[in-house]
Amino acid sequence: MINVIRQLIRPVGTTDVVVVGAGHAGLAASYFLSRQSIDHVVLERGEIANSWRTERWDSLKLLTPNWQSRLPGFEYAGEDPDGFMSMPEVIQFIEEYAKYAAAPVKTHTTVQSVQRHLDAYRVVSNRGVWHAKAVVIASGACNIANKPRVSEAVPEGIASLTAHDFRNADQLERGGVLIVGASATGLQFADEIRKAGHEVTIATGEHVRLPRTYRGRDIQFWMHSTGLLNQSYEEIDDVSRARGLPSPQLVGSHDAPILDLNRLSDNGVKVVGRLMGINNGTAQFSGSLRNVCALADLKMRRLLEAIDDWIEHNPVLCDAPERFEPTRVDDNPSLLLDLQNSNVRTIIWATGFRPDYSWLDVPVLDRKGRIRHEGGVVDMPGMYVLGLPMLRRRKSSFIHGIEDDARELMAHLADYLQCGAELPGSRAA
Amino acid sequence: MTDVTAMVDNGVNVEALLGAREALTEAPEAAKFVWRASSEWKGGTHTQSSVESFFGLGEEQKHVRQFNYDSDHPEIFASEDKGSTPVEFILVGLAGCLTAGIASVAQNRGIQLHSVKATLDAPMDIQGILGIDSDVRNGFDAITVNYKIEADASEEDIAALVAQSQKRSAVFDIVTNPTNVNVEVNK
Repeated sequence: MINVIRQLIRPVGTTDVVVVGAGHAGLAASYFLSRQSIDHVVLERGEIANSWRTERWDSLKLLTPNWQSRLPGFEYAGEDPDGFMSMPEVIQFIEEYAKYAAAPVKTHTTVQSVQRHLDAYRVVSNRGVWHAKAVVIASGACNIANKPRVSEAVPEGIASLTAHDFRNADQLERGGVLIVGASATGLQFADEIRKAGHEVTIATGEHVRLPRTYRGRDIQFWMHSTGLLNQSYEEIDDVSRARGLPSPQLVGSHDAPILDLNRLSDNGVKVVGRLMGINNGTAQFSGSLRNVCALADLKMRRLLEAIDDWIEHNPVLCDAPERFEPTRVDDNPSLLLDLQNSNVRTIIWATGFRPDYSWLDVPVLDRKGRIRHEGGVVDMPGMYVLGLPMLRRRKSSFIHGIEDDARELMAHLADYLQCGAELPGSRAA
Repeated sequence: MTDVTAMVDNGVNVEALLGAREALTEAPEAAKFVWRASSEWKGGTHTQSSVESFFGLGEEQKHVRQFNYDSDHPEIFASEDKGSTPVEFILVGLAGCLTAGIASVAQNRGIQLHSVKATLDAPMDIQGILGIDSDVRNGFDAITVNYKIEADASEEDIAALVAQSQKRSAVFDIVTNPTNVNVEVNK
């Protein structure tokens, strides 16, 4: 009964823009909307920086150094520009930013549905309904940890954890661990769990190998200096493929110049091919391990050569060029792992993340469930998305990458509000 | 750069392939192909197989003609050796697939090929197929493909060609990854 009354007295608000999500992306959008005096509200299902609080493992540190931690009008002010923020530090940074930007955030307000209503949007939340002319989706890129279908065949008695379930090695049963996926997530898990004393096998498909430091400087320094991070999505060959690439094998630490499969092997991690199936309790790995490693080595080498080339034309104080040892692959990597009769107690699926759009009742998703957009301008008038990989630039998914994207998209949104209709061309300036 | 690319001719119509890729991205149903072969036992270990029709782009398709293949076993297996051993067809398929991929990728990357030769080795312990030792598998222990490639490109670019070709190869996928196989009788 109380619920019915609550339903009846639910407030109905009207505003120009509803921003969904109060993470770094939503707050950056709010900053630019406020600067243009556009009436808006930021709806947050939990606390500010919610994904950073709830969708990350304990030891995770940002993959970008502190000097790159900046948001529109706001910079890292600490004493360790070359360090990497832990999750509590990221949360604090984003909380401080929310205060700085005086963002109109409504916390614990979960958006349950966004519908097209007349020429505007109806945003239904657990705390009322808003009518808005425009919607900015800033709800994160990693809400759901992927678990491929093969996970259904995991034999009983073996724990099957997603990348969101895993917090630290203490939660694991004693015994072997199979980690599926060799992106930044999988490599960090493998390293940490191996160091905690478990037998670890890592199943490796296509991956992106990248050193933490190159020629004495952080890789992000080079990615930034060479202009790669600023590269526009329009200049990237096959951007849809690029947007789906696994995260590069980086860790937020300068303890070693590179965390790669060689380093894991040195520490006793067993490297096998991509997990292709589980049949009668036996995991089957692809025989393509050598090639995926060769591809990653070639691509890394090409990137390092491009950096060397850039340095030749733009002298910078740095060390001599260096090359990393090619990825070592066993002559006969294991193709089978008997899960039932081996020591494996846990499988962790480090197989990527995807956004949750289950609340989005507007037909803007493609057949793979991805949002259809052109540089963040969604395929629906007045709808925008922020914070996805390579949304408008290579740096789009990084904290510092949000500024340019949010500035341009919120300018596009302001024009849209002024014209009150669809703008010619969908590209933001 | 454009001129150089235009002069490169490996005999692969890359524009058509790229066009097909774009068209099939828009119409994924048309990308669903079915490949077929039929076979008939001829006696002993000799089988004749043929391919002609396949399904793709939403309709029945045909090769320009029917292609026929004999498979048999060598005389040391007390067979008449009227054709390749079936396992050799796998090597033939892998070589054909990887090499076609190399030519296509080279064309797309503007690399002129002069010669692409491969030798394939696939060790096998026949204790498996003879049922002598159940710990020995029937199939190959491994496959080694050794390419000798002459092309107007650096060693590294050639290595990248070969790597990319493996990444996009159907036969490479078929031999490196498990496939469910359904064999039905008199259905």
